[in-house]
Amino acid sequence: MTSISPAKKRKHGGRLILNYRQNRLLYWMLLPSVVYVLIFNYLPMAGLAMAFQDYSLTRGIFGSKWVGLKNFQDFFSGIYFARTLTNTLILSLLDLLICFPAPIVLALMLNEVQHAGYKKLVQTVSYIPHFISMVVVAGLIKEFTNSTGVIASIVKVFGGTPRSYISLPQYFRSIFTISQVWQTIGFNSIVFLAALSGIDQELYDAAKIDGANHIQQTWHVTLPGIASTIIIMLILRCGAIMNVNFEKVLLLYSPSTYETADVISTYVYRVGIVKQKIGYSTAVGLFNSVVSLALVLTANKLSRTYTDSSMF
Amino acid sequence: MKYGTKIRESLPRRIFLAVNAVVLGLVGFCCLAPMWHVFCCSISNPSVLARTGGFHLIPIAPFSFAGYEAVFGYRNILTGYLNTLFYVVFGVALNLLLTVPCAYVLSRKRFLPAGAVMMFMVFTMLFSGGLIPTYLVFVKLGLINTRLSILLCTAFSTFNMVILRTSFMGLPDALEESARLDGANDLQIMVRIILPLSKASLAVITLFVAVGIWNSWFTSAIYLMDRSKWPIQLFLREVLINNSQKSLESGVKASAESLQTLVKYAITVVATLPILCIYPFAQRHFVKGVMIGSIKG
Repeated sequence: MTSISPAKKRKHGGRLILNYRQNRLLYWMLLPSVVYVLIFNYLPMAGLAMAFQDYSLTRGIFGSKWVGLKNFQDFFSGIYFARTLTNTLILSLLDLLICFPAPIVLALMLNEVQHAGYKKLVQTVSYIPHFISMVVVAGLIKEFTNSTGVIASIVKVFGGTPRSYISLPQYFRSIFTISQVWQTIGFNSIVFLAALSGIDQELYDAAKIDGANHIQQTWHVTLPGIASTIIIMLILRCGAIMNVNFEKVLLLYSPSTYETADVISTYVYRVGIVKQKIGYSTAVGLFNSVVSLALVLTANKLSRTYTDSSMF
Repeated sequence: MKYGTKIRESLPRRIFLAVNAVVLGLVGFCCLAPMWHVFCCSISNPSVLARTGGFHLIPIAPFSFAGYEAVFGYRNILTGYLNTLFYVVFGVALNLLLTVPCAYVLSRKRFLPAGAVMMFMVFTMLFSGGLIPTYLVFVKLGLINTRLSILLCTAFSTFNMVILRTSFMGLPDALEESARLDGANDLQIMVRIILPLSKASLAVITLFVAVGIWNSWFTSAIYLMDRSKWPIQLFLREVLINNSQKSLESGVKASAESLQTLVKYAITVVATLPILCIYPFAQRHFVKGVMIGSIKG
């Protein structure tokens, strides 16, 4: 390969101009979305500079004092770092271990149903929770877990003392995870069901001829058939490890449960929006975003190395 | 020979299928029950309901529609409902206006910088400025406490754009070429040829955006101060989460405490029902809408 000469470079630029002249309208149709993304996605990224400032709203980003890594040092040495990071990771790992496999199991089970109408019915009903707003879901959780709610009355039947579970820190993670399964199991199974329906039926016939029973067919045909979908979903999930369903935590937690419920993003919200400590909260948010990006790139790379599937 | 001659399923297999069906039935029940409970409570007898609490799969007789009557009497609730409708209608329109042309342009092979622009867009799905810098952009642009801020929050979705683009790319090039020979420009090709052939993807994306706006509360909570601009979800939050009766002030009649329990359920039904009525119609297209493997390429 030869290096690109200046003349060739000019030619490349010329191609772009020529392309614009031939497809003017295409460029203009793209303009609004590019401008939008620049203002509302890339401008905030530039605003991340505030993480290194003692930012003041009145002086703005150009007038505020630069403080280097002070905001990060404050966060890492404060009491909130360990607590919010631990809570974020635990809620995410629970999600990864319980909420992630649940829809796969549901899809496999639905796949075994022979009565098409019954399958359709269960599917349709299982999507319902996904469409219910977070506020209503949180309201239901609060109603069911308070001291006169369903859980409390079940506990009472078995001779326990009913308590207001949502305001006790030791129950927060269970309540959060179980309700998360409820919210996501049906809807997240769609993509796996789609993958299941894409498996070549002849593979099953071949497996049957080889004498494979149903369990062996599931293990050797079905699971490999949806493996690439599982891996891609897993990569996406890994990238979201630092982004716990923050709106839900915000609706469910209270000062009495901060100990187990307060995650990084809720902390950013409280410090940044409520207390208006802009520079510091931007730094905490930046820490979160950088770790997220690193996680998704690592997951993608691992998957590309060890399997054939990757996202990009 | 064991496998070839059998017509009926084996006994273990039949047991498995039965257990499978029962478990799936239970899953379905669990997904449906909480909202059914809310509905039953909303038409129950208020005084008995307030006394017993608990879980109800059958409304407590005598039925009462007082909750619904009361809900429509509260000015706040009505305001919230109308605001939500406003945000959904204009928010969806704005979103499609930005997302659809972008997906169309990036799906054209004639468009030279498509790859670079795609990277520019997809990068925003991997990394973002985060809550506070985004909030400050809204502050600095003077968007705080304006209805426009809510519309702008949801005006473009990279994820939906990628899905739509994939769906547009699946259409044969010949369609576009013949239209171009007939003298159609890109806007005409998009509106008259590409869009009518992508109705399913469009329907799903429209539904997802609409549901997202209908159910959103956080952006309104940080960007809107005036209660007159609040969507229904914020009033719901006051009633359900903060247990505040402020939303229920300025009602037509002073309500008893028992009635307020009923109202809580009635509001939930009123705010949720429109979505639960719409989604079954689009659900056969859901698969298209959640195709995530399509990001590649």
